[in-house]
Amino acid sequence: MINVLEQRRAQIHRKGESTAPLVCDRKSVAGSVTQRACAFCGSRVVLYPIADALHVVHGPIGCAAYNWDIRGALSSGPQLHRNSFSTDLQELEVIYGGEKKLKQSLGELIDHYRPKAAFVYSTCIVGVIGDDVEAVCRQVSREKGIDVIPVASEGFRGTKKTGYQAACEAAYKLVGTGDTSSIGPCGINILGDFNIAGESWLIRRYFEEAGIEVVATITGDGRVDDLRRCHGAKLNLVQCSGSMTHLAKLLERDHAIPMRRVSFFGIEDTAAALYEAAKFFDDPGVLERTQVLVNREVGRVYPELKRYRAILEGKKAALYVGGAFKAFSLVKALKLLGMKTVLAGTQTGSPEDYALLREICDDGTVIVDDSNPVELAKFILELDPDLFIGGVKERPIAYKLGVGFCDHNHERKIPLAGFEGMLHFAREVHASVMSPVWQFVPRRAARAVGQPTRTPPTPVNHPAHAPGDGGRPASIDGALHVNSED
Amino acid sequence: MNPPTTATLSIPIAWQFQPGVPDAQPALGVAGEGRIASEAPIHEPRAATRNACKVCAPLGACVVFSGIENCVPFLHGSQGCATYIRRYLISHFREPVDIASSSFSEEDTVFGGARNLRLGLANVAGQYTPQAIGVATTCLAETIGEDVPRILAEHGAANSGGPELVPVSTPAYAGTHVDGFHRTVRRVVEHFATPTPPHAGINLLPGFVSPEDLRHLKELVAAFGLPCTLLPDYSDTLDGASWPEYQRVQPGGTPTRAIRRMSGARATLELGHTLLGSGADTAGRWLHQTHQVPRMPLALPIGLRETDAFMAALGELAESGCPDDIQRERGRLVDAMVDGHKYVFGKRAALFGDPDLVIGLCSFLDEIGVRPVLCASGTRQAAFEPAIREVLDHSEADDLQILTGADHARISEVAREVRPDLIFSSSKGYPLARELEVPLIRVGFPVHDRIGGQRLLHVGYRGAQRFFDLIVNTILERRQDRSETGYSYL
Ligand code: SF4
Ligand code: SF4
Repeated sequence: MINVLEQRRAQIHRKGESTAPLVCDRKSVAGSVTQRACAFCGSRVVLYPIADALHVVHGPIGCAAYNWDIRGALSSGPQLHRNSFSTDLQELEVIYGGEKKLKQSLGELIDHYRPKAAFVYSTCIVGVIGDDVEAVCRQVSREKGIDVIPVASEGFRGTKKTGYQAACEAAYKLVGTGDTSSIGPCGINILGDFNIAGESWLIRRYFEEAGIEVVATITGDGRVDDLRRCHGAKLNLVQCSGSMTHLAKLLERDHAIPMRRVSFFGIEDTAAALYEAAKFFDDPGVLERTQVLVNREVGRVYPELKRYRAILEGKKAALYVGGAFKAFSLVKALKLLGMKTVLAGTQTGSPEDYALLREICDDGTVIVDDSNPVELAKFILELDPDLFIGGVKERPIAYKLGVGFCDHNHERKIPLAGFEGMLHFAREVHASVMSPVWQFVPRRAARAVGQPTRTPPTPVNHPAHAPGDGGRPASIDGALHVNSED
Repeated sequence: MNPPTTATLSIPIAWQFQPGVPDAQPALGVAGEGRIASEAPIHEPRAATRNACKVCAPLGACVVFSGIENCVPFLHGSQGCATYIRRYLISHFREPVDIASSSFSEEDTVFGGARNLRLGLANVAGQYTPQAIGVATTCLAETIGEDVPRILAEHGAANSGGPELVPVSTPAYAGTHVDGFHRTVRRVVEHFATPTPPHAGINLLPGFVSPEDLRHLKELVAAFGLPCTLLPDYSDTLDGASWPEYQRVQPGGTPTRAIRRMSGARATLELGHTLLGSGADTAGRWLHQTHQVPRMPLALPIGLRETDAFMAALGELAESGCPDDIQRERGRLVDAMVDGHKYVFGKRAALFGDPDLVIGLCSFLDEIGVRPVLCASGTRQAAFEPAIREVLDHSEADDLQILTGADHARISEVAREVRPDLIFSSSKGYPLARELEVPLIRVGFPVHDRIGGQRLLHVGYRGAQRFFDLIVNTILERRQDRSETGYSYL
């Protein structure tokens, strides 16, 4: 019997059993082994894909080392962002201050790499040892002639959400400093997509085909100059609930650019996002091209999705992800595959998020805020899902208990956005759920007692698809073969 | 997925910013052309650490605590450190790694985190019912001067019958994961070991090796019939079986009652060349000084000679010769070295990672005629360079470069000069191997881009055998792939 910590009870609900709002937006309970990270991590996630900027982490080495080149955010040009630069503070600097080392580090790195701008991230101890990071940044900026921007990302300030906000503030320092004269009348920014496995490219291609100009993808495949001129767009499409909303709000406040919340995960949401932009511009040509595109793309992926659905119908999924918007999209995407969501949790959802989540989930679905490994294991045992969707930290819990797992985090290397992303997602889910390995896992094997020992697994001939393979529906064996248009 | 036609996808070449790519334009009046290779000597940035070849001390502490039976690691500080470290460890071991945190908030950094620490300890005790909680400090807790031993002592006194609370101070600004590992082993022994009547068992302190290494070491010691306390022992806890039912804490690990009795052991075998010198403040030394347990310091048994030394030590303790099985294993290794020597002779190798692993591999490569041309460690240790020179009997290259306290940027710079044929490192050496177009043989930690990092065997004759086959076959494969003819018979 696994018990939930008393202090955490109010952060767990089962739909249909209570109508009281879920308690959330709280700081994690000490010792609960939260799956949440820190503010610094949030800032790093958001600004990381800006590929021609220098990113320097001011603090001891670990904070920088643990996220060196783990993210799947791609750049079509410079690769500077993939480095991990740290001031690697040592004992004496902790005692006497790290400003000198920071200044020297910045100077040398800027001379050497010639970045377009630099971001300086503060980690926890920087706030405590009293370094005036802003002053150092101002000074270096003057000396080197580039923007050197401090990011107030001390980990203890809060969760990733706090860090997103700090990152938006930092990025906003660049906005409005570039020339917008070459931007046409139908320009948009896409915020909150990080070009994981090339997703921003995919989305950009959709809009360009429809005749909508993408001024900046923020921050996927990001460039300093794109940020400088992004205020020349007419509309901001904001994906991923928490991360970039603040920047969009700043753009709305200062530049009167309206924002729309969208998601590019799943067929419905991707189509809705494209139509949202098309309708905004009220241009019949754009709308028509969008329709053609959506019809074609849906037609391309739908037959294969249907086959997967036939196999996956009725399977149960559990999801525990960072932000709530991803959870909404996933619930819908799973529905499309015939699957039922039995657990929906997020690290940092807001009250409105959870209200909406409750609305779109079936009765009996467990909804949880800021969960931990012990609870997640408990939910797996009670709800018995066939699939768990989460990040690397959730994976071993699922695997140890014999449950399939899909990575839907920034470390993944497979594009899941857009229409073809849905196909990748379906293949992932299929490969996770239908693998014959689960029959040997003790927890499941125990259940099969009494059944013939050699039940042949459902024959699945899984398409070998590598990330970046062009996303074409691979031709698979007879049962699953899809007549794609190529 | 293809990038849009408007963007050109360039294959990333290592970690260098490519000033020549189309969209890298001059920034704000700064000459942005970037430098070209032929320019006069360029001042490489030295102040910052670029792509560290180390992680932080609390990670080492968490690995040690994970190797103690029914023990939960706990980090005192903000929660981000624990979350990062968990993810880093999970990506390598592919096992659940629950590390609790006192989850500092802004106020705690001002008023101290004692309250959070106590609450956290109570919650961990409630959720996991552990026998012990290992509390390591993060940089933040150290910087604000938390007196963790005192808080733990008070908490322990107020909660008798609760888990054993073991504090260790691990500020990352004073040491890497390797230092954190050794320091924690010492703290654990200091904490638990109590005066015990002498017994026939031995202590084995292996250092930060893989779970597979731990299993093999246990097997070797058992073959000599020696009862042994291995500390830490994460061979099951960080490489466990699929669960029949939920496990709060993964089964396995060194039992605390065994650690208590380490003080009565016949000897302590402490592995690691860098611990040989008189400076190191190790658990083995403490057991010697405090409980008069003889200390037998040895290098990690990597390769033939160091494994021979390890076997000799075991033989001495067991007062017996090397068991037949092991001798035959040794015989097969020598036989294989003869079969394959031509393929590897004179090859140039770059090795980097944790000091003792690099020293051990160096020693082995020296036995087979591979010439180390670059040996580097991220952890700074004065003993590193002399140790490397000491183990190189046959193959010290004229242009051998030894770096300690180096980062990957520096290692890559030197590697470009010395042009190795092979690279031995963790996954973090992949970008360099890709750039230099040479094979990477993955060793140590972390292995984040392959499965089975926890099952890499480095030690013993068997480990050397595995390495030898892997090295030869890697060279053969490369040669075969690059030959025009493509013989299937080599
Ligand atoms: S603050 Fe210190 S302990 Fe925490 S991740 Fe950074 S280096 Fe490691
Ligand atoms: S919580 Fe603070 S010290 Fe830890 S990783 Fe985050 S910024 Fe670094």
